[in-house]
Amino acid sequence: MFEATQLNRKNQRIQKLYRLLLGSMTGLLILPVILILGTLIYKGGPIISFDFLFTNPTNGMTAGGIFPALLGTVLLVIVALLASVPLGIAAAIYLSEYAPDNWFTRAINLAIINLAGVPSIVHALFGVGAFVIFFRFGTSIIAASLTLAIMTLPVVIVATRESLQAVPMAFREACWSMGATRWQTIRRVVLPNAVSGILTGVILEVSRTAGETAPIMFTGAVFFLPLLPQGVLDQTMALSLHLFVVSTQVPGIPESLPYGVALVLISMVLLMNSFSIALRMYIRGKKKW
Amino acid sequence: MNRPASPDTRAADMDFDRLDWAWFVDKTVQMLVFIGGMSAIVLIIGIFVFISKEGFGFLAGDFDFREFLFSSAWRPTSESNPTFGILALIAGTASVTGLAMIVAIPFSLGAAVFIAEFSSGKTREFLKITIELLAAIPSVVWGFIGLAIMNRLIIQIFDVPVGLNVLNAGIILGLMAAPIMTSIAEDALKAVPDRYREAAEAMGASRWQVIYKVVLPAAKNGLLGAVLLGVGRGFGETMAVLMATGHSINIPTSVFDSVRALTATIAAELGETAVGSSHYEALFTIGISLFAVTFVINLTADLIVRGVRKG
Repeated sequence: MFEATQLNRKNQRIQKLYRLLLGSMTGLLILPVILILGTLIYKGGPIISFDFLFTNPTNGMTAGGIFPALLGTVLLVIVALLASVPLGIAAAIYLSEYAPDNWFTRAINLAIINLAGVPSIVHALFGVGAFVIFFRFGTSIIAASLTLAIMTLPVVIVATRESLQAVPMAFREACWSMGATRWQTIRRVVLPNAVSGILTGVILEVSRTAGETAPIMFTGAVFFLPLLPQGVLDQTMALSLHLFVVSTQVPGIPESLPYGVALVLISMVLLMNSFSIALRMYIRGKKKW
Repeated sequence: MNRPASPDTRAADMDFDRLDWAWFVDKTVQMLVFIGGMSAIVLIIGIFVFISKEGFGFLAGDFDFREFLFSSAWRPTSESNPTFGILALIAGTASVTGLAMIVAIPFSLGAAVFIAEFSSGKTREFLKITIELLAAIPSVVWGFIGLAIMNRLIIQIFDVPVGLNVLNAGIILGLMAAPIMTSIAEDALKAVPDRYREAAEAMGASRWQVIYKVVLPAAKNGLLGAVLLGVGRGFGETMAVLMATGHSINIPTSVFDSVRALTATIAAELGETAVGSSHYEALFTIGISLFAVTFVINLTADLIVRGVRKG
């Protein structure tokens, strides 16, 4: 009675064929990247050591470690976060908790999409025009970090807005009906329930900020400094720019050095992203509503 | 959404706590977060204003629209007769982005269909996480891969003298854009309601027929949005293109020609120009064009994707 007809079988065959085809396309998308990562580890792995991470470069960059670049990246990320996290969270709270559904809110959303979509080199031009020249910061950590902050602002806003909106409406209504103001509700009920989601967004932003090169090239990062930066108005070295320069502009560099820098940079970024994903899955598993 | 007993309306009814501290804090915070929300608009306008301000001198002075768009002579540093034609740079950007899309569109749409429709449970989770991690690889690392690994492969496989060319940058850019396109396309497929699939299956359609005849047409706009965002990403990419194209001014006739992209030109030359010189201002003018084009691409993608959600 339920025997497969010839047509059924034919359809089954077609379906299997497509499944195989699409599956191998997915594989082909992932496989090259795995191979590339393997090559990076194979060629850059041996050079990585405690000394490589924590000493200064020597012999005109051709030997020694990457400590000033590593430290510079950390400084740039910290200053960028100080600017973008409060601003991004405020924007997300407005969009999730206050914004009415009107043209103005749509304009804000459109602006966020465009901030995320504008090419990084255009952000760099903006950083030069606004922070380096107009606000007279010169090429400095503060100018580079503010440029990075603006570029990665959408990451914080989007992640925070999503985790705020994941808090059920009933929580807010319960709080309001106890006589709480809107802010008391946000402060005591909405934010505590969304904080780990916001954290995943911030970690993603750290990872994004650490990897950017174009926005900092002309705003505050330089290839070589004899001294570590002493304040936010100093220039700094940075890991991403370091990779660019050692792989393109310095002759006589041993082959393993740029591989090592690339490996450190990509490990930093992927670790941060994995941590963010793990945290997100943990939250999802724990959620009771 | 209908919000019952919202504190806004309630505060208006109750005169006695109007001057209350809590009420005051509430209003202050409301204003602060409103400024936060405004900041996105202020910043995007700010970007436009500041790059226009720096590029304005060129637009008002040396700028010759026909030379700028239709000449391939980009000789900004010439002492006697500097020319600012970006045709070859446009050709460079277009050829690399075009090849990248030829690589990325079929693969990322295929992967999106596979992840959304053919895989489930652990496999699905694993693939989604992998795609997300691929999207996070910094562009300077991609550029380094083009320079150090792809370069050698291309020279070996195709027996050409230089491996930094349209092919190299196109593949690198394709691999970069694919994860983003895949995850947006997958979202679009997931947004197709399950009852469409159930209805088609109840009529006796096979899984593939459901996908081909029902899911794909229903997700058409979302998929188009994904492709557009991929194009925008490829178009605006800087570091990878700077490092993998070979960076020589050329209107390419084959994929083995080295080219130079608009974004890469700014990145390579801005450091060497004097603030306020014609060259400096011309680079900002390229920046204005990049801003305008990506703005239009993002706006269109948003309109298309939002069209789906409404429908």
